[in-house]
Amino acid sequence: MKRIVTGAHYGLRDWLLQRLTAVVMLAFSVVAVLRIAEAEPGFEGWRGVFEPAWMRVALFLFLLSVLYHAWIGVRDIYMDYVKPVAVRLALHTLTVLALVACAGGVFELVWSH
Amino acid sequence: MTSLPSAAKRPKHLDLLRISLPLPAKVSILHRVSGALLFLALPFLLFHLDQSLDSAEGYAHAAAFFGQPLVKLVALLLVWSYAHHFCAGIRYLLLDLHVGLDRIPANRSAAIVLGASLALTLLVGVRLW
Repeated sequence: MKRIVTGAHYGLRDWLLQRLTAVVMLAFSVVAVLRIAEAEPGFEGWRGVFEPAWMRVALFLFLLSVLYHAWIGVRDIYMDYVKPVAVRLALHTLTVLALVACAGGVFELVWSH
Repeated sequence: MTSLPSAAKRPKHLDLLRISLPLPAKVSILHRVSGALLFLALPFLLFHLDQSLDSAEGYAHAAAFFGQPLVKLVALLLVWSYAHHFCAGIRYLLLDLHVGLDRIPANRSAAIVLGASLALTLLVGVRLW
């Protein structure tokens, strides 16, 4: 088997995590849509949706799931379509940096309001 | 390369513009396209969510931004992307559990995914406008 430096982990872990994060996102989406649908229109109502401590934890887990899920999915796209190793490695690096930067923003977003 | 007459009629490569994909394949490629769109939109969505939760002014700012017709159209495309990714994702989780693997149920569930995501998009679209 030919292994290349920019390949996947050749394992079950990411496959499984892609599904676990999907379940987290499915559950959160349903809860969030229900809460948003019954919220008062306007800023106070909107903020109220994300106010309770449990909702903050749920939003946090949701957003981290989004970021990890996105990483696996985008990596799969690169593996399918981007063949030159240098280009693929560059794209992987940029994507990881962008997603980690987003993760930093997620901390601030969830806990500072 | 020489081949038998019956084999000569077969396509030598897959021409995506000439072959007709079955419904599950269409759901699959749309799952990928919608996922890529959501990935690209992610930083912008996070920024506007953050802004909208910051203050009443930030909320008004984000609301005004999403009020622009062109932005609304893009937002609707993202709503469809989310809805499609959501519905197709449920289908894949069920397939992983070996539910609906046969050809006929797989075709039917693919049609349900396409229809349900469009219906959800319409529902959100009506509420947004």
